Amino acid sequence: MCHYELRCRECGRTWGNQPRSICDECFSPLEVAYDYDALKPSVSRERISQRPPNMWRYSELLPLPQGYEPRLPVGFTPLFKAPHLGKRLSATAPAAGNLYIKNDAVCLPTLSFKDRVVAVALANAREFGFDTVSCSSTGNLANAVAAHAAREGLKAWIFIPSDLEPAKILGTNVFGAKVVRIAGNYDQVNRLCSQIADEHRWGFVNVNLRPYYAEGSKTVGFEIAEQLGWRLPDNIVCPMAGGSLITKIKKAFDELIKLGLVEPKEVKFFGAQATGCSPISTAVKTGSSEIEPQKPSTIARSLAIGNPADGHYAIKTIKGSGGWSEDVSDPEVVDSIRLLAETEGIFTETAGGVTVGCAGKLYRQDRILPDETTVLCVTGNGLKTTDVLAGVYQTERPIAPKLVEFEAYLQQTLELEEVPGVVAATEEVAGIGA
Amino acid sequence: MSITVQIPTALRRHTDGVGSITCAASNLGELFTVLDEKFPELKPHIRDDKGQIRRFLNIYVNEEDIRFLGGQSYAFQEGDEVLLVPSIAGGKG
Repeated sequence: MCHYELRCRECGRTWGNQPRSICDECFSPLEVAYDYDALKPSVSRERISQRPPNMWRYSELLPLPQGYEPRLPVGFTPLFKAPHLGKRLSATAPAAGNLYIKNDAVCLPTLSFKDRVVAVALANAREFGFDTVSCSSTGNLANAVAAHAAREGLKAWIFIPSDLEPAKILGTNVFGAKVVRIAGNYDQVNRLCSQIADEHRWGFVNVNLRPYYAEGSKTVGFEIAEQLGWRLPDNIVCPMAGGSLITKIKKAFDELIKLGLVEPKEVKFFGAQATGCSPISTAVKTGSSEIEPQKPSTIARSLAIGNPADGHYAIKTIKGSGGWSEDVSDPEVVDSIRLLAETEGIFTETAGGVTVGCAGKLYRQDRILPDETTVLCVTGNGLKTTDVLAGVYQTERPIAPKLVEFEAYLQQTLELEEVPGVVAATEEVAGIGA
Repeated sequence: MSITVQIPTALRRHTDGVGSITCAASNLGELFTVLDEKFPELKPHIRDDKGQIRRFLNIYVNEEDIRFLGGQSYAFQEGDEVLLVPSIAGGKG
């Protein structure tokens, strides 16, 4: 017997397992519910830790069809301490000594956390008999669906807003997917896809397969706990677009507690958005429990969802945990991308800049304290959004391949006291002020 | 004046399979009254216990979210096409 099934998040009605995201009774979203009592005897830290280092090590806690054999080693990305960034984010001494980065910029195969959700969605797509999978996407999801579909031998139709970053379009085309550009923003693409899903028997990962897809996000939470030595952090800082990831990390932690894999702990959840598209952080800041949709205008296009349907649940997760939500401007996003790269050697996309920028604000507001164990979720790779750094770095004049030329160049550079980068520049300013 | 209302598949089992209606409602309140009268079985699915429109039901007018047009106060124009769409969050990224 299957140990999971779909259940309405509002009225509680169960729907078995089928490609469906909405409860017909009350129109509310469905999610996967598990029989934890049945699961408990079969999961243990020892058992999980002996498995290969990928997200499938938590397969009991994912909605996977019986006998499903994963074909890609997705997930289990690095979690590491970020002492240099911690020093920079903390407003005063001591430095944020327990700051960690969960680095999904190197999630395989397409370098974003979307590989996790798509892996679970497509495991179910085949089971439900779909030969075509599809999605509306702001880019990373498009890449992931296209790549996983290629690997699984499924056809892929991908719907994107026409203004997406070229690297994200190319990174979808290359897998042989059909890319449909829509002259509209993400919310319009998404609305169209829900209508298409009504008419065509396709597996839309974020429409009719959504409850299964969303469960893949939990693996970020499972991994963070395991990589911290089977304990929960004090704080999570998470970027928010549709608002699903933050709620699923919370679900993951709750499940680990329920199954006795970690000690219970009240983790605070902090959401990060770009100011130009901040419906969730605006609601948190104004004390509202409902989303007022916005028209996105930000360089953080992967977070540019103005009408996040999981927004309501994201607000609940944040408020219920004692957390908060912040947002940062586009220039702050760029500075934060550079700061993370210069301090910790991680090149993240705009969403990661949003997360780092908001984390800095939260430290400065004392909402996150320096000695607390805090994990920043970096969800995507900077090589996909290089356009936002256009013009930041000057193309240097080439010098002749002669030592004397280099020595002259070096001398000139030192004389100019040219200090590239956000870190050095800011330290210099701080030094002058001191 | 008349407007067209498209009903998604998920709700058509409460409308005897009807996927589209034309009516003369002049605002959202009137439109829901028309729907209540025409399809009594539909009512509990699109309104909550207090009679409010359900949180996860999005309403679009000519492809624009009605909340950007003034929501309840928006006055329908001749030929408006109204879509009832379940709220689904999309993929970040």
